[in-house]
Amino acid sequence: MKVLVPVKRVVDHNVKIRVKGDGSGVDLANVKMSINPFDEIAVEEAVRLKEAGVATEIVVVSIGPVQAQDVLRTALAVGADRAILIRAEVMPEPLAVAKLLTAVVGREQPGLVLLGKQAIDDDSNQTGQMLSALLGWSQATFASRIAIAGDRATVTREVDGGLQVIDVALPAVVSVDLRLNEPRYATLPNIMKAKKKPLEEVPVGDFGIDVALRLTVLATEEPKLRGPGVRVASAAELVDKLKAEAGIL
Amino acid sequence: MTILLLAEHDNIALSELTARALTAASQMGDAVDILVAGQGAQGVAATAAQLAGVRRVLLAEAPALEQRLAEPTAALLVALAADYAAIVAPATSTGKNVLPRVAALLDVMQVSEIVEVVAPDTFKRPIYAGNAVQTVRSGDAVKVVTVRTAAFAPTASGETAVEIVTVTDAGDPGLSRFVENRFAATDRPDLGAARIVVSGGRALGSAEKFRETILPLADRMGAAVGASRAAVDAGYAPNDWQVGQTGKVVAPDLYIACGISGAIQHLAGMKDARIIVAINKDADAPIFQVADYGLVGDLFELVPELARQL
Ligand SMILES: Cc1cc2nc3c(=O)[nH]c(=O)nc-3n(C[C@H](O)[C@H](O)[C@H](O)COP(=O)(O)OP(=O)(O)OC[C@H]3O[C@@H](n4cnc5c(N)ncnc54)[C@H](O)[C@@H]3O)c2cc1C
Ligand SMILES: Nc1ncnc2c1ncn2[C@@H]1O[C@H](COP(=O)(O)O)[C@@H](O)[C@H]1O
Repeated sequence: MKVLVPVKRVVDHNVKIRVKGDGSGVDLANVKMSINPFDEIAVEEAVRLKEAGVATEIVVVSIGPVQAQDVLRTALAVGADRAILIRAEVMPEPLAVAKLLTAVVGREQPGLVLLGKQAIDDDSNQTGQMLSALLGWSQATFASRIAIAGDRATVTREVDGGLQVIDVALPAVVSVDLRLNEPRYATLPNIMKAKKKPLEEVPVGDFGIDVALRLTVLATEEPKLRGPGVRVASAAELVDKLKAEAGIL
Repeated sequence: MTILLLAEHDNIALSELTARALTAASQMGDAVDILVAGQGAQGVAATAAQLAGVRRVLLAEAPALEQRLAEPTAALLVALAADYAAIVAPATSTGKNVLPRVAALLDVMQVSEIVEVVAPDTFKRPIYAGNAVQTVRSGDAVKVVTVRTAAFAPTASGETAVEIVTVTDAGDPGLSRFVENRFAATDRPDLGAARIVVSGGRALGSAEKFRETILPLADRMGAAVGASRAAVDAGYAPNDWQVGQTGKVVAPDLYIACGISGAIQHLAGMKDARIIVAINKDADAPIFQVADYGLVGDLFELVPELARQL
């Protein structure tokens, strides 16, 4: 079974981003960029499926600027076989990403798409569900465990009440949560080897898909800042303050 | 403008998160219908019918809707969509699972986790784990929106109940099958709606110490219990207690963070609490930058002491 893993290039999760002074967006100049943490987990899971003899080939795909090659190389270095970069200067929204991925699925015919539950830049949490809908495939989101047997997958999902187990028909789209696995680090020899693995580049225009943005960003602002707090010396003083000042308790 | 709101429930009780999402929906249009999709959920529909400002309640019942699996629930919403200018759901694990599917089938870009309705087509939503807030306008014919419930107060129940209309389900493509829910029974308030939350982090060190230290204080205060991702990953607390960018977003009156450093991903889930208390032995921990009251010291002494003082 071929596994397709879409990976997005995003601001590294350790970076504290800054909003531009004129409210026009987030300042991304010279900011460290990385593979979206959830996508790293999706790649790791695909590699484990290959090691277990379930997956036969892992294809990673990224939509974005030429620099997105880096995240694809990272994925190749931990075990993906082949990469596709869909070059787009303006990052398409999840709906357009899902449409582009539908086209890639049509060409590649994977039995499983594994992707992140959310991109940590836009925090949309949409692409997997949209892709599944457009393909008419089964959908399993927020996976913390995936067991594949024959043409079905049993997926444990992280939901508000705890854990939910569902059983889905393959092919399926599965979005992964943080506790699915712990991604390995790429070793230096594997990073070298990844440079020789195939990375195909296709301009987004070749797909003939409308990627115009549907949402207009009118403003980007800093979140409300909290006023400075105070230090209290003891639990007793804390209780006093909560009663007298905060009016709680 | 008429809006369809997907109710959050467990077939027995209507979740308060529905009333919070209703507040947002009511700001987007003049009439709101609530859809209760489930099985044996008449009681839920009756509760929904009493929420103030609702035009009517649609009740769809089918075995495939019992757990609101994504495919049949989305199909139902799409079948009903023609009558509505917007489809809205609370940003719960169900809402987040189902609504993007609806959006794609309607060829619409969803607006995720709104925290403010600026106009019927314009919303504020946090990005980058809440480190920036975007104002976005949707140009799509139908708006598909999930609501961050912590940002909206619940709509009250009115005196009268509106009509409940039965609608037929849209069938089940049979792609997914529910196996089981592993939910721990609890008497504690629901984390998403609690007035007070007591949270523990990696500092707790084990599941036993988490239980022995955090739970007595929470019980003393009638509080819900939260946890950092580190505490959940280490197995000290179950996943449904996680607060943060990828866990639950809460805005209680009082949030007490015990042995939590205050990583941006954790702050994303609690920095809109009215009062934040931090207990941490590291005086430089980032959590103190958002705390109204900071207590520097060993939580294993301070937390039990706090419980005694109450
Ligand atoms: C994509 C992504 C998503 C994430 N989502 C979330 C999320 O939703 N929620 C979340 O919480 N995290 C999330 N994280 C993880 C986050 O970055 C932090 O790693 C995590 O919040 C740290 O948890 P912690 O504060 O419990 O642990 P630590 O950072 O290890 O902090 C422990 C704190 O306890 C203090 N301490 C130790 N002993 C004592 C003692 N005896 N008494 C008092 N204080 C003590 C220490 O001084 C320290 O400040 C995410 C990370 C990524 C990459
Ligand atoms: N531009 C992109 N290129 C590749 N994958 C993407 C892209 N955008 C989103 N994805 C995938 O979709 C997931 C969810 O993203 P989102 O819906 O934007 O939160 C991500 O974790 C990626 O796996």
